Order: sequence, then structure tokens, then C-alpha cells
Amino acid sequence: MDLNYSPEEKAFQLEVREFLKENYPKDIQEKVAKGIALKKDDYVRWQKILANKDGWVAPGWPVEYGGPGWTPVQKYIFDEECGAANCLRTVAFGLVMLAPVLMKYGTQAQREKYLGDILNSDVWWCQGYSEPNAGSDLASLQTKAEKQGDHYIVNGSKTWTTHGHYADMMFALVRTSQEDRKQKGISFLLIDMKAPGVSTSPIITVDGMHVVNQVFLENVKVPVENLVGKEGDGWTIAKSLLMHERTYIAQVPRSKRQLKRLKDLASKERNNGKPLIEDANFKAKISAVEIELMALEMTNMRVLSKLSAGEAPGSESSFLKIKGTEVQQAITALLMEAVGYFGLPYIKETMTEGWHEEPIGPEEASVLAPHYFDWRKSSIYGGSNEIQKNIMAKAVLGL
Amino acid sequence: MNLEFTEEMMMLQDSLHKFLQNEYDFETRQSLSRTGIGYSEDYWQNFAEMGLLGVPFDEEYGGFGFGQTGLIVVMEAIGKGLIVEPYLASVVLGGLLVQRAGNEEQKEAILPALIAGELKLAFAYVERHSRYNLTDVQFKAEKKGQQYCLSGEKSVVFNAETADKIIVSARTSGDNLTPQGLTLFIVDKDAEGLSCRHYETIDGLRASELSFDNVMVDEKAVVGKLGSAYPDIEYVIDAAAAAISAEAVGVVKELREKTVEYLKTRKQFDQPIGNFQVLQHRCVDMFMTEEQMRSLSYLAAIKVADGEAEERIKSVSAAKVYLGDARAIVAEQAAQLHGGIGVTDELDVAHYVKRLTMMNTLFGDRDYHLQRFGQF
Repeated sequence: MDLNYSPEEKAFQLEVREFLKENYPKDIQEKVAKGIALKKDDYVRWQKILANKDGWVAPGWPVEYGGPGWTPVQKYIFDEECGAANCLRTVAFGLVMLAPVLMKYGTQAQREKYLGDILNSDVWWCQGYSEPNAGSDLASLQTKAEKQGDHYIVNGSKTWTTHGHYADMMFALVRTSQEDRKQKGISFLLIDMKAPGVSTSPIITVDGMHVVNQVFLENVKVPVENLVGKEGDGWTIAKSLLMHERTYIAQVPRSKRQLKRLKDLASKERNNGKPLIEDANFKAKISAVEIELMALEMTNMRVLSKLSAGEAPGSESSFLKIKGTEVQQAITALLMEAVGYFGLPYIKETMTEGWHEEPIGPEEASVLAPHYFDWRKSSIYGGSNEIQKNIMAKAVLGL
Repeated sequence: MNLEFTEEMMMLQDSLHKFLQNEYDFETRQSLSRTGIGYSEDYWQNFAEMGLLGVPFDEEYGGFGFGQTGLIVVMEAIGKGLIVEPYLASVVLGGLLVQRAGNEEQKEAILPALIAGELKLAFAYVERHSRYNLTDVQFKAEKKGQQYCLSGEKSVVFNAETADKIIVSARTSGDNLTPQGLTLFIVDKDAEGLSCRHYETIDGLRASELSFDNVMVDEKAVVGKLGSAYPDIEYVIDAAAAAISAEAVGVVKELREKTVEYLKTRKQFDQPIGNFQVLQHRCVDMFMTEEQMRSLSYLAAIKVADGEAEERIKSVSAAKVYLGDARAIVAEQAAQLHGGIGVTDELDVAHYVKRLTMMNTLFGDRDYHLQRFGQF
């Protein structure tokens, strides 16, 4: 057992650190640090910088597709360094979720057509899974794709579509046949968001922001070559993809950064004339979440160590999703508590633009309550934490 | 012993529920909250006509004389309807402070007008670094001849925008963080040197930052005893905390009912999700929390009305601790059990969640009150 990096890994860590220091745009860094909403352009700009550096934008991709071909430990180091440098998290839909699916299930033509544009952030993807009546029970989805000649005609509606209003393409689960088991008739289809019959409608979330959408599909013509895998493979593909999503959801580096932000804030805020962080109660609450995070980080590294030894991710992704989101939510709550009354002022512009005038209380305070409320979503999305526990009860404990 | 509402309180409750049902649906609340002054001046006048604004005040000033326990009925309804009118700011904080600390002249000048809906108050007691400590007052009042010169800043003053008069806590003597040397002043909102910055709050209400730049007031502006205002301040903050404990009961009841209803109608895995035990138990926890909160909000109101400080402090802090617990047990679970729609702006649930969560902050959060409770 050894937590220390090898000399090569240490050299790699230094290389990443230097690169980020030199190349990460300051204006984006400031937005991330202050919790200001990011725009598509911010993501594209940063992702292109990373892509041009030997495919660093896609840590999980092998060299043959333009990725850096990193080991799990290198990926971990990269993630850590990005977290420490307040880096903007790359958007997962194309790079982390769809790309591995195309590599595993796609045709040569599909890989050639899509992977390059994903790597270069030239084509923006969104995910079409949930429907108004298919949330936790995703397999009950009703969006229909009927084959007519060399096209599918797609009808239905997808919801909670993050960045749907930015997206050029959607990877979607659709029903191509009615079977005895509802999981059987599902297929994985790539849909052009600019095709006639596709429309999006914004969903404003509790923080007042527009990130997610409902997408309506009305007689949308999708060429048959946009089917990934075979008809009926959709559920298997989705399950493998959701596992990637869940590991991504653990977000240990992000939580470490947020924890640091919490400690900084609690050192600056006052309580009975002294720094809040000296308050025994508050300090104990910070410690409790830090201990959870410490355990999570080590668990994450154990999973990583297994991956390095060649084992595939299994239901530990459910574990990481639950614990990861619990830690994220606990930190958002403490950040909000740290500023007391100054969590109340709601100045929407500060979330999209930052402050242009004198802040009310601590400069970052006005985003903390909205973030806390918004972050309630994390125990709901990607398969709710209740569903994750069901999975673990069955798959891990055999109940 | 009798823990039932009086007949008059039940009539009041009845008329409040009718008002909510007929006039104050969620869409109305939202549009009021998001435009203009953040509430309806017409409804405020309706409240005056219904007698609502006089509920806790003595009959000699035109009030109902129901006292703190009478507020339970009003505040629960405010929670139920997520009412945005400035009842807490004007009637509870401002009005009770005048009733408790004001001299006869001040009471006669202010309370009947307040009860009639002709005058509104706000209470400025939070400062940039005070957190929940009511003795952390850097705001200064210095005697200059027959006048006082007020200077300093106050933060997150509820509904100051529409208040006619602001009551402000100031240090006239003594060291910061000591209760000695605090004095209350009542100041006209349009006083020279007083500037305001108004904003919305995350839970759909309004508050302001106030800046006093050498605002001159005469001796008549002192409310209560010079340098000895701390017991009055602590009392009115306790009264307000007891009041929002009742408001929180109204919010929690709505969240519990809406969540249970959703669990009965939302189908996944070919059945209502209310069939799943793990979700049933969360709703039972919500219900038990609601009842315990109701118990503590009654107790807090009774003890505030009784007047004995130690018992008042313990019961109010207990109610506030429970209110803080409701964030995890009720607010977070209501959002969780609704799934995605529970975190959308469109659904009322998210707005009840926001109000309940932010009420933890008002008048001291869970940690503060847990420590305060333990001091005896």
C-alpha cells in the first residue's frame, strides 16, 4: 500500500500544474471562483485550449482517438490539479458520456463522424433520457421511433435536458418496439437538434437560472445510420454510460475546493466579534464534512486502484454518487449558513455577471443560497440517491 | 389547561383561510412578490379591515388584545399562503417593540395608525459583522445638545422600502458586545442623511441596507430607556422568532400535504411512488416534525406572553432549533421526493422550501439557539 506518486507521476503532476497556471484564462477562473454562471463560450474556449494540448480535454480517451491515453492515476492527478486551480469543469455529455459509447458500440463511420467534433468542442451534445413520465423509472420511457425506409420518425418529449438550448445534437433513448420487458424495446439514437420538429422550452430552476430544458420531438426524421448499436441495445448502452456519469458525479476535487472556500469564508465572517471558524459548533460541522470527504477521496482512490488493475467499474459508482452528492450538498449548506443574514439578498445579476456595485455583505454571499437550493438537484439527477441505494441493495448486498 | 384556540381565534383563522382561498393563490403571490414594492397595498388595507393588523395589540389602542398566542393563527396562515405582505416587519417586529418599550405618547401616536393600515414600521437590528448577536452593535448615537446624531449601517432590514418609520438599535455608551449602552430610536424613513438600498430576498420578500449619515433626531425619538434597550430588543426578537415558528408550521403543513399528494399521484414502476416504504417513512418523519414544531410554537407563544425571561428564552430557542431541523427533514425531503420538479421555479413547492430554509437564518439559526438554550 502506497499513497505516494512515483517519480513519473510527480513529474506529470508538475507538468499539469504548470500548464494550468500558464494557460487557464483568468476571466474564467474568476467566474468559477465566485460561482458566476458560465456561458457556452466559456466552456468552448477552455475546452479548445485543453484539446490543443494533446487532447487533455478528454482524459479518458485512448491515443488512437486523439486522447492523451492516461492511466487512471494520471487522470486522477489531472482532476486534482484542475480542482485546485479552480478550473472550469468540462461538459460531460460529449466527452465523458457519449464518446466512450461510440468507441464501444458505434460504427467506424459514427466514430469518424462524431469523435473529432466532440474533441474539438465543435459540436455540442445534450442527453435525452428523462421524460415527464419516466424519471426514476427510466425504462418506462415513451418517446417513439418508428422506422420508415431509411429514417426513424421520432415523437415524444424529453426533459431536464441540461444545455439543451446550447446543443447541436442529442443522444437519446427512444422506444423502437413494445416488448414484454420494457427495457428490451429501447434504442440509442443520435438526433440533430436543428432538425425540423425539434423544439426546446426553458425550465427555470429554483435559483432563477436557465440551464435545463424540456425538448419536444414532433415527427422528427432521423437517418437510420444515427442508431448506435442495434435496435433494442439502448438499455445496455445507457447502463454503461450512466456508470461513467456517476463516477464523474462524485466530484471530489470540486468538493475539496468548495471546502477550502468554506474555511476561507468562515475565517473572514465574524461571530461574537471573533472569526466564525473559531466557533466550536461551526468548526465541528466543517470537520464532520471534511471527514466524509476524506473517506470519500480514499474510497475513490481504492476504486481507481482497482481500475488501474484492469477491473471494470461496477456498482461502486452508485456508492460514489450517493456519498459524493451528500458531501457536495453538505458544503453548500454550510456555505449558506456561514453568511447568516447575508444569504437572504437575491441579486440575480450577480449570478450571471458578478458584482458591479458594492456587494451586500461578503462579496460571494448572494450566490450561496441559490447554489444551495440548486444543488438539491444532485441527489435527484443521474438516478436519484434512492434508486442508487436500490441498486446497491440488489447488486452488492443481494437483497 | 386548555390548548385549543379560542372561538375568536377560530373565527379569525376561518376568515384568513377564506382570504387565502379566494384571493391569494400561488400565481397571485408570485406576481406580487416579483413586481413593484413586493406586495399588495390593497391587501394590506384588507388586512387592516379584517383586524389582522391589530391582533396582538391591546384593545386600548384599537387592537384585538389577542397577544402573542393570537399571532399563532395569523402566522400559520402567512406560512400557508406564503404571504408577502410586511406583517412580520411592521406588526410583529415594529409594533410589538413600540407596545413593549414605547411611552404612552409613542404608543398612541403609532399603534392606532399601524392597526388602521395608515403607518408601517421596520426594525433595523442586523449589522455587517453582528451575525445573530444582538449586542454586537457598532451603530452609534451621539448626543449633540438636545439631539442625537445617528451614524452607521444596518443590514437586511425587512420591508424598509415601504416603512414610514424605522426603529434602529444604536450604541449610546458601553463597549461593543455588551448589552449595556444600547438605545432604540425611531426615525422617519425620509429623514435627512438616511439612504437605503432595497432588494429582493431569495425567499421572495424584500429587505434593505440602510446607511445613516449623521441623521439628527430629537430626544423624543428614543424608544424605551436610554442605554437599557437590550431586554426590549431581546424580547421582540424572541417574539418574532416565536411568530415565525408558527409561520413555519404553516409552511411545513403545506409541504407535507403537497408531498403526500404527489406520492399518491406520481406513478413510476407501474405504481404510485407512495407505495415505496422508504418514501412513506420520510413523510411520516415530516408529519412528526410538523406536530413537534406546532407544539413548540404554541409553547413559545405562551411563554412569550407570560413574560418571564428565562422560560421565554428556552422555549423560543427550542422552537427555533426544531425549525432548523425542519430544513433537512421537511424542506430538503419535500424537494427530493418531488424529484426534478421540486427544484423548479414554476412549482410552489420550491418556494415553500426556500421560505422554510431561510427562516432558519432569521433571528438566529439552529446552532445559535442550541447554544442559547444550553446557557441555563
